Amino acid sequence: MISVGLLLLVWELCATYSGIKPTILPAPSRVFEQAMLNREALVDNAIPTIRATLLGFACSLSAAFALSMLVDFFLPLRRALFPVFIVSQTLPLVAIAPLVVLWFGFGLAPKIMLVALVTFFPMLVALVEGYEATEAEIGQMLRAMGAGRWRIFVLARLPSALPYFFAGLRISITYAVVGAIFAEYAGAAKGLGIYMLNAKNNFRPDLVLAAVGVSAALTLVLFGLTVLLQRLAMPWERAGKESAGKGPWR
Amino acid sequence: MSRLELRHVRKAFGGLDVLADISLSVGASEFVSILGPSGAGKSTLFQLLTGAEHGEGEMLFDGAPLDDHGRHFAFMPQCDALMPWRRILNNATLGLEVQGIRRKAARARVAPLFAEFGLAGFERHFPAQLSGGMRQRAALLRTVVQERDMLLLDEPFGALDALTRTAMQRWLEQMWRHHRWTALLITHDVREAVFLSDRIYVLSARPARIVREIKVPLPRPRSLGGDAARQASALEAEILDIILNPNPPKGHDHD
Ligand SMILES: Nc1ncnc2c1ncn2[C@@H]1O[C@H](COP(=O)(O)OP(=O)(O)OP(=O)(O)O)[C@@H](O)[C@H]1O
Ligand SMILES: [Mg+2]
Repeated sequence: MISVGLLLLVWELCATYSGIKPTILPAPSRVFEQAMLNREALVDNAIPTIRATLLGFACSLSAAFALSMLVDFFLPLRRALFPVFIVSQTLPLVAIAPLVVLWFGFGLAPKIMLVALVTFFPMLVALVEGYEATEAEIGQMLRAMGAGRWRIFVLARLPSALPYFFAGLRISITYAVVGAIFAEYAGAAKGLGIYMLNAKNNFRPDLVLAAVGVSAALTLVLFGLTVLLQRLAMPWERAGKESAGKGPWR
Repeated sequence: MSRLELRHVRKAFGGLDVLADISLSVGASEFVSILGPSGAGKSTLFQLLTGAEHGEGEMLFDGAPLDDHGRHFAFMPQCDALMPWRRILNNATLGLEVQGIRRKAARARVAPLFAEFGLAGFERHFPAQLSGGMRQRAALLRTVVQERDMLLLDEPFGALDALTRTAMQRWLEQMWRHHRWTALLITHDVREAVFLSDRIYVLSARPARIVREIKVPLPRPRSLGGDAARQASALEAEILDIILNPNPPKGHDHD
């Protein structure tokens, strides 16, 4: 928080005293002022971006979850599918975004697809590695108790994967907004991406930066939500930390 | 009348011979220990018994081959294997839940045991909030409530400090006198084996074979003083000698 404030201060001073024109480098104060003046347009354009982000994220989350389970139960599938997913991660977004828009039009579909594309893999990897992190002894014990594979998955592998899942979720969520903006940049009726593009073309770097600020705030909020969700879903983690360092007895 | 009987059991992992030739038996309500150096293959033996791995040789329970794995044993792994995400109460009922008993009924069955296991008041705690000794007792509780024919305990106190371990051994000996479980305990603590067992099998280093079977004729309750304690010390010294000198001069056998 302090570091962000300091950065803004330095920027403000540079913009004010270096003599760079505000049409090149606007001061934060001017960006904020313009953001306030244009807040209706900004909100109007943020809504489709939020919608694309959340829908795309929901899609990729369900897909990652379903596939991670499939891969966990049928190991050969993992070897067959992972190379495909890895290649999907090497596709440069700049190149793929216009293509997806070209194929699927200016609607919501290509945005959802791009968001899903960039967020899917980190979550899949997190889940699969999370399942693998299950203590071998817990599995052996459950088997000795008479549990089958499904039972072991639900009782042990799934909960063991939770910390990994949330780590993946936090990484993915920071990509999600960027993915949506890229998709809009490549073509959309409305959205932060197309707003930035128009502002740039009208030589309004202040408005470009205002939109950047909105997208950053969006990402921060989503990130905060995942942290909150993790706290709610894993109460034992905090409980463990609070009482670390106990005596050996009782 | 022996309940569990192993005849010439062998196991190799790839080219690595782990169990060379294991024959042993455990009678009804008998407490038997397997004592052996680290890496000998003790945990591997439990893997065979619980069906996690398959080996050669015969494994019989009440005279029938052990192919329907796991229905006879309540198994306590070397680490406590408590699930960090479950509260102690729900960890304790895990085995019953897997058996298909409803959560409420399982809780009712487990609840009265918390006091006996020194865990009263900690039902709603998470494992991370417990001390090492309490975690082991919780793991033991989860094991015994399954009410299987036999307990398999893999170094239940191996990870504890010496003071806690001694306290736990005394506690377990007392518990065993009440419940008379048929039990097979793995340990590399000579004193623990002598203190708790009716009989001890001493294993060689890997590949493991049984070098000696020792009866422990000490009276119960086991005490830490008096004549019995002197006898126990003598027995401990003898066992240590067997383990540390793999080829001892023949002389004083116990049976
Ligand atoms: N799944 C496995 N695959 C390959 N080797 C294994 C496997 N499990 C055990 N081993 C090997 O078998 C040997 C015996 O292992 P085991 O865990 O049975 O020893 P242990 O007697 O229980 O030792 P400790 O007292 O340290 O627990 C070790 O050398 C180990 O590397
Ligand atoms: Mg072991």
